[in-house]
Amino acid sequence: MPSFDDVLNAFILLSNFVLLPALTYGAQLALGALAVTLVYSILRFANFSQANNMAFGTAMTILLTGFFQSQGWTISGFPTALLVVPLAIVITTICLLLTERWVYRYYRINNAKSITVVMVSIGVMFIMGGLVQLIMGPEQQIFADGARFIWTAREFKAFSGLSEGLALKTSQLTTILLALLAVGLVFYFLQKTKIGKAMRAFSDNEDLALLSGINPDKVVRTTWLLVAILTTIAGVLFGLDKGFSPFQYHLLLLPIFASVIVGGIGSPLGAIVGAFVISFSEMLLTYAYKKFFIYLLPTALEPDSLLQLIGTEYKYAVSFVILIIVLLVKPTGIFKGKVL
Amino acid sequence: MTYLTGKNLFATYGTVPILRGCSVGVNRGELAVIVGPNGAGKSTVMKVLLGLLPISEGEVLLDGKDISTLSTQQRIGLGLAFVPQNNNIFPTMSVAENLEMGAFLRHDDCQATLDEVYTLFPILFEKRQQLAGQLSGGQRQQVAFGRAMMTQPTVLLLDEPTAGVSPIVIDEIFANILALKEANKAVLMVEQNTQQALSIADKGFVLVAGKNAHTGTGKALLNDDEVRRDFLGG
Repeated sequence: MPSFDDVLNAFILLSNFVLLPALTYGAQLALGALAVTLVYSILRFANFSQANNMAFGTAMTILLTGFFQSQGWTISGFPTALLVVPLAIVITTICLLLTERWVYRYYRINNAKSITVVMVSIGVMFIMGGLVQLIMGPEQQIFADGARFIWTAREFKAFSGLSEGLALKTSQLTTILLALLAVGLVFYFLQKTKIGKAMRAFSDNEDLALLSGINPDKVVRTTWLLVAILTTIAGVLFGLDKGFSPFQYHLLLLPIFASVIVGGIGSPLGAIVGAFVISFSEMLLTYAYKKFFIYLLPTALEPDSLLQLIGTEYKYAVSFVILIIVLLVKPTGIFKGKVL
Repeated sequence: MTYLTGKNLFATYGTVPILRGCSVGVNRGELAVIVGPNGAGKSTVMKVLLGLLPISEGEVLLDGKDISTLSTQQRIGLGLAFVPQNNNIFPTMSVAENLEMGAFLRHDDCQATLDEVYTLFPILFEKRQQLAGQLSGGQRQQVAFGRAMMTQPTVLLLDEPTAGVSPIVIDEIFANILALKEANKAVLMVEQNTQQALSIADKGFVLVAGKNAHTGTGKALLNDDEVRRDFLGG
């Protein structure tokens, strides 16, 4: 039998390398997935440009961060990116409203089929991706400043006396807090405010919403505003955590869509749960468990290999596989969404 | 001249003429039904009165004023309310929220109207927190009527309110419609249940191929031999 300390060490090890990062990554995906869900259920198309919109919001944040830093408008220890996020949200909102006005509106007014609008959104995705790459360049950029850790692994070890440390990064804490706040606000908005209820009514039964005198333009504009808020925050949190590169953001589309479908298409709660299913699966399946089992198993049974189920380079395949399994076994997703 | 009047209406779907000079009308506190065979243009009359479909000739008058050129939303603002045949509720919203959406255009306090709806349909008050999609067919129809009443309309247009519900529920729905009429609304409905509808209606319009074939009080039409032979099966 392993000692109590060994079990504790194993758990801390897993928390530090899998559970906490998965929680953070899941929260980032959840915000993106919630944005996709809002567009899907209110504007009625699957928005393929979501991940690239996140890249745009993040790019704006990075530019503003640079400007604020050059002016010395920073708070010591606090990520400047979070200071400028409200401004970046404003710019992203304007950008999304322009795509609505110049692109999507035409198809909406002409009652285009959903699949047509999906194709259009793929076009927007490429334009948005190109635009971001043009502005930012293809290289990876780190824009997190301020204190990197709330507490380090070393501080944790000194505090707890264990041989494993659980570090808490600033980016992890901000992600979890900000994601909770953003999701809470969106749900409050949809459940309690008049325009939020009108958005749900519009999503439920568009014709009846029009007959009730709900202004469709206002619903569409408000939806894009909410989407811009979620999109920018999701992008910035992901960037603070893992750095920014346009291509890496582009790849986020797969786990985001997987989250939406796994949770149940069109269900906001499903999108959030789906995001955590995807993030935890990705992390749990690509982690090398050797050290974890060294703590738990007797010396005689110590593993020789890394005990890694899948290499990290295949982490996107995990989303794919979960996606396929869900579509085969339970096409409506966890929360009974629509079937594609 | 009636409170809501559609006079000599002509309308087409694309190039197909649907309405070819039909006239309907209803006064406040009155129930009028439009009956007729399939494809006679019954539902189209509703769409034309609401402005969901433009007319090529004729006019729509509300309280003596021509509203033919107004948009649907403007007509709703003037006191028209419509209960569509299908999908006439917001299924994933609570009963209370459904009613609230009905009052979307109003900026005053709508508690009095809400109380009125709850008095008319007490079951809705009981189930106000429940999702409308979970209610029975008859109760859903009450939600739909209640939602339409929230704008404090003077005219209610009902498109086949009893379509696809069981006979017991039909009686319940007709009772609700009479309650709307008692509340001094002008009620105009399209109905497939010709016999039952005419028996409670003050006025009936029998439409055939987009024109009025017979017009009269509900009782007179029921007793009209020609109407009985052609539409009521003897």
